[in-house]
Amino acid sequence: MLEIKGLEVCHGWVQALRGLSLQVSEGETLAVLGSNGAGKSTLLGALAGLYKIKKGDILLDGRSLSGKSPHYMVKEGISLVPERREIFNSLTVMDNLLLGAYHRYRSKKNEVIIDVENILNLFPALRGRENHPAGTLSGGLQQMLAIGRGLMARPKLLLLDEPSVGLAPLVVREIMSTLAELKKTGVTIILVEQNTAAALKVADRALVMERGSIVLSGCSREMMGDTRVQQAYLGRTRVVRPAAAL
Amino acid sequence: MNKKIALWGILILAFALLPLFIKSNYLLGVLIVIGLYTIIVIGLGILMGYAGQVSFGHAAFFGMGSYTVAVLTTACHWPTIPALIASLILPGLVAAIIGGPTLKLRELYLALATLAFGILVHILFNELKGITGGPSGMTGIPYLSIGGLVFDRDIKFYYLVWVTVLLVSLAVHNLIHSRMGRAMRAIRESEHASETSGIDTAGLKLQAFVFSAVLAGLAGGLYAFYVTFVSPSPFGFHTSVQFVLMAVVGGLGTFWGPLLGAGLVVALGEVLRWAIPLVIPGAGGEYQIIFFGIILMLIMVIKPEGLGAITDLFKKPRVEEVQ
Repeated sequence: MLEIKGLEVCHGWVQALRGLSLQVSEGETLAVLGSNGAGKSTLLGALAGLYKIKKGDILLDGRSLSGKSPHYMVKEGISLVPERREIFNSLTVMDNLLLGAYHRYRSKKNEVIIDVENILNLFPALRGRENHPAGTLSGGLQQMLAIGRGLMARPKLLLLDEPSVGLAPLVVREIMSTLAELKKTGVTIILVEQNTAAALKVADRALVMERGSIVLSGCSREMMGDTRVQQAYLGRTRVVRPAAAL
Repeated sequence: MNKKIALWGILILAFALLPLFIKSNYLLGVLIVIGLYTIIVIGLGILMGYAGQVSFGHAAFFGMGSYTVAVLTTACHWPTIPALIASLILPGLVAAIIGGPTLKLRELYLALATLAFGILVHILFNELKGITGGPSGMTGIPYLSIGGLVFDRDIKFYYLVWVTVLLVSLAVHNLIHSRMGRAMRAIRESEHASETSGIDTAGLKLQAFVFSAVLAGLAGGLYAFYVTFVSPSPFGFHTSVQFVLMAVVGGLGTFWGPLLGAGLVVALGEVLRWAIPLVIPGAGGEYQIIFFGIILMLIMVIKPEGLGAITDLFKKPRVEEVQ
């Protein structure tokens, strides 16, 4: 469904993605792991049209999307839930959700209302707060709202950039279980996460990025058993501290 | 809701009956100017308060509207209605052309670019003597006539202007509560998040810019028919700054802001001109500016959201559910 061919993206002089290629099939959930600065968010940003592509191509259902603007990407069915949520604080919860469906003005009003209802079913904690300013919500609810806003676009491909960041463990668990629910609806998801254990539980497949390239990939179960992943991201081995000869 | 309709009814009635109690043409003139400025500040309010873009060049669009009417009715002998319509179209077209490159700029740079545009147009009003008549301006603009009704007296013009204010307000009220208005508020909050939500931010900002220019052009066209004489002086940089001042003092993103802002800034100027010499004998114009500044500063300190936010005082605080 999604095919990325030799993608290169630069931030000024720094090359953030170095000839990255990957394929995602329909309905799949792919976890993208890696340390800070590995290029995970850049990958999502490039897919959402936020960054200029230096080389390579992005194909969605066989159609090239490289060089298109972010709002065009949303129309094409790629929806990004950005890092740190970026909800519209002064607008109400309902306005935030409706803005997610901004490009769908040609669809029937009923459809949008049904979608809002579906989102409220998916995140029952948001129900009853439709008219509250989004900025007054707790961090967890804001994250749910951000995901809800992304879903209102009826994406084929949902990009989630670190949805667990800054949230309490219980809230993270709730969000992850919602993602598992979402998977059942058949939407394709790319999940960038620092919380490797949680991400691997939800994802079908995972890949590890380092300095703008993919260094490891496989199905989630394999990855969970991989000693390199365990060492680097799951903290399951004893950390070897350097000798105290400082 | 009923309360709201009652308030509207009272306000409209008050504006309708006001001229019956006003005997002086001077006061009527002040009210007409407030109405015209309100139209401009409504547009500027959309641009600044909703789309988050500042413009220090709106006096130029105001002037273009006036000169369009002046040139078309005197030199080209157009009937008044088509000339008025043209006074909306020309500033809108110019805004669409300069908006593309200009609106890519942000904040201070956008302010400077619009400022430069305003100054440039003002220079053109002065220098294109063949078309605009130069610094001495153009006279002989006919009265506006709509279907046999000739707006030849101030009182008629008063009603024309305030009915226009009402219609523009209603249209803008609808716009703000539409899908487009919601998107504009989103842009003000975060352009980045708006883009990723599927909003064409550049396109929407351009539309807001063109819309505000059209409203400024409309006010300009009406102004030309009101004073029947145009010269470059009312369309300079100073006027652009005044429009921004009215928008900010009135309160950005509020419904009553433009009316309150335009009303206060115009009325304050007039009152101070009359009152200062009574308190300080022999005081010149500079004293007015000092007091003007002090009063506006006080307003911004006491009510930084602007006068339009004054309705908040009557709202009951909402108890938020705390998680």
